Amino acid sequence: MTIPNIVGAGLIVIGAGLGIGKIGGSAMEAMARQPEAAGKIQTAMLIAAALIEGIGFAALFAA
Amino acid sequence: MSIKNISKFTLILFVFLSINSFANTNETHEENIESTTIVDEKASLKKEIKETIDHHLMDSYDFAITHGVSFPLPVILIDGGLHIFSSSKLTNHDTHEPTIVESNGNYYKLFHGKIYKTDAAGTINLDEHHHATNEKPFDISITKNVFTIILMSLFLFFLFKGMAKKYKTNSLPKGAGRFLEPIVLFVRDEIAIPNIGEKHYKKYMNYLLTIFFFIWFLNLAGMTPFGIGVTNNIAVTFSLAMLTFLITQFTGKKTYWLHLFDPLGHSMPWVAKIPLYLLLVPIEILGLFVKPFSLMIRLYANMTAGHVVLMSIIGLIFVFKNIIASTAFPVLTLALSALELLVAALQAYIFTMLSALYFGTAAEEHH
Amino acid sequence: MEKLISDFSSGLFIWQTLVFVVLIFLLRKFAWKPILNSVESREEGIKKALEQAEEAKKEMASLKSSNEALLNQAREERDIMLKEARDVKDKLIADAKTTANVEAEKIIAAAKESIHHEKMAAITELKNEVATLSIQIAEKILKEELASADKQKAIIDNVVNEINLN
Repeated sequence: MTIPNIVGAGLIVIGAGLGIGKIGGSAMEAMARQPEAAGKIQTAMLIAAALIEGIGFAALFAA
Repeated sequence: MSIKNISKFTLILFVFLSINSFANTNETHEENIESTTIVDEKASLKKEIKETIDHHLMDSYDFAITHGVSFPLPVILIDGGLHIFSSSKLTNHDTHEPTIVESNGNYYKLFHGKIYKTDAAGTINLDEHHHATNEKPFDISITKNVFTIILMSLFLFFLFKGMAKKYKTNSLPKGAGRFLEPIVLFVRDEIAIPNIGEKHYKKYMNYLLTIFFFIWFLNLAGMTPFGIGVTNNIAVTFSLAMLTFLITQFTGKKTYWLHLFDPLGHSMPWVAKIPLYLLLVPIEILGLFVKPFSLMIRLYANMTAGHVVLMSIIGLIFVFKNIIASTAFPVLTLALSALELLVAALQAYIFTMLSALYFGTAAEEHH
Repeated sequence: MEKLISDFSSGLFIWQTLVFVVLIFLLRKFAWKPILNSVESREEGIKKALEQAEEAKKEMASLKSSNEALLNQAREERDIMLKEARDVKDKLIADAKTTANVEAEKIIAAAKESIHHEKMAAITELKNEVATLSIQIAEKILKEELASADKQKAIIDNVVNEINLN
């Protein structure tokens, strides 16, 4: 692993972390607002997080 | 013996073996420390930990139950005819060095966990990156992972067959079915129906249920100390993702293909659509392949990352070798193992969920 | 990435695909179909039972209301019957009263008549008695008066004197 690779991996992790954190935070907020829709929000949250994660992993392997 | 007894027995076996294997690794490290200087020791320890992790994640030709205890599996090679021999021939039993295997006039040798074709002297030609340039035979051996897959498939088959049989006499689940039925219903009610729709979900249920339990159980099996992490192998996840991709394409209805090649529909005249489509259609087609690719990478990377992190933390105990590390890291390992248990189920759920989502877009009809 | 591609084991891939596809078909035949079918039929059964319970409930309610109606009707009928009975009773009493009155009047009238008759008979008898007595008295008196020629002469004279020949 060279230094640019490591820096790139770090950037990817920061980006993916921010993205998933934002999704999680928004989902929490939405669940607090509408507890009756918690199940649906959770499902949507997991899907969105999984998609970001997928991109993140793909980029990590490229790095 | 009933399933209950078998599961109890295997649980006890796992606990016993895991203790055993940890004890074993401990001993080997102790031996290492005695024979080297402190600086060298740290470096070699790190290398050894890395090698142990790599070895743990890698497929192998024999099934190692614990350190030093393993049983051989058949090696099957296609190289101008079928070559079948036991994997015990690949390594010397005492020195653990690879040996040259002669089969029907061809010579094979293990090099970094892979079988290469070689000559009678066993020469391995290396390039500048220390990669072997020898010819590789087409290898369809029953490796540790293949063996685990077959074993797990048999387990799943008998488990669910037994569960199905119980329904014949009683409409309520019994035994293992009490635990499994809610999960089956979860796959149906929370994954299949919302994503595919009431109308078409039935024909996908077989695949979704099978893939969910297959991934979940294999993920759990990967957490045992046998090092049988099948789902952290890219070939396995590629196969699973490919099946999802193929099913999506083959069950795609008119709306699906229209959406792919004519995403804008009747919203604008065809003359205006042509330049847009020069850009849009390639993106759509790219998206088609990105979906299974991300499925494959997600499962692979999650499981691999979980194993690497866990094993690295266990390795850190031997790197630091003080009282704080040796109390803190096992606790951390325990916590992370619990997290991995969750991830094992979560990744199975997400894989099934996204598969169902893709099937949903394929099965969707014009609205 | 290159490491991933170089590590790709086509043997494992072939085995995985083969075993997995076989597993799907086996589980479909021996597990998923019976499990899902029986779960579905059970759910159907539960749904049906619930529907039936609902229906029974409705029926009960309608039965109850019809019972109520029946009860009300019965009550009304009873009231009517009671009223009728009372009327009959009143009429009977009234009838009895009138007949009694009539009878009593008849009896009284008959009694009055018989009293009258008795009275009349008594009066007649009394009259007869009085007449006989009077005659007897008159006879005796006459015998007394007309015992001597002088006296007879005196009476005749008297009567003659009294007769006023005008």
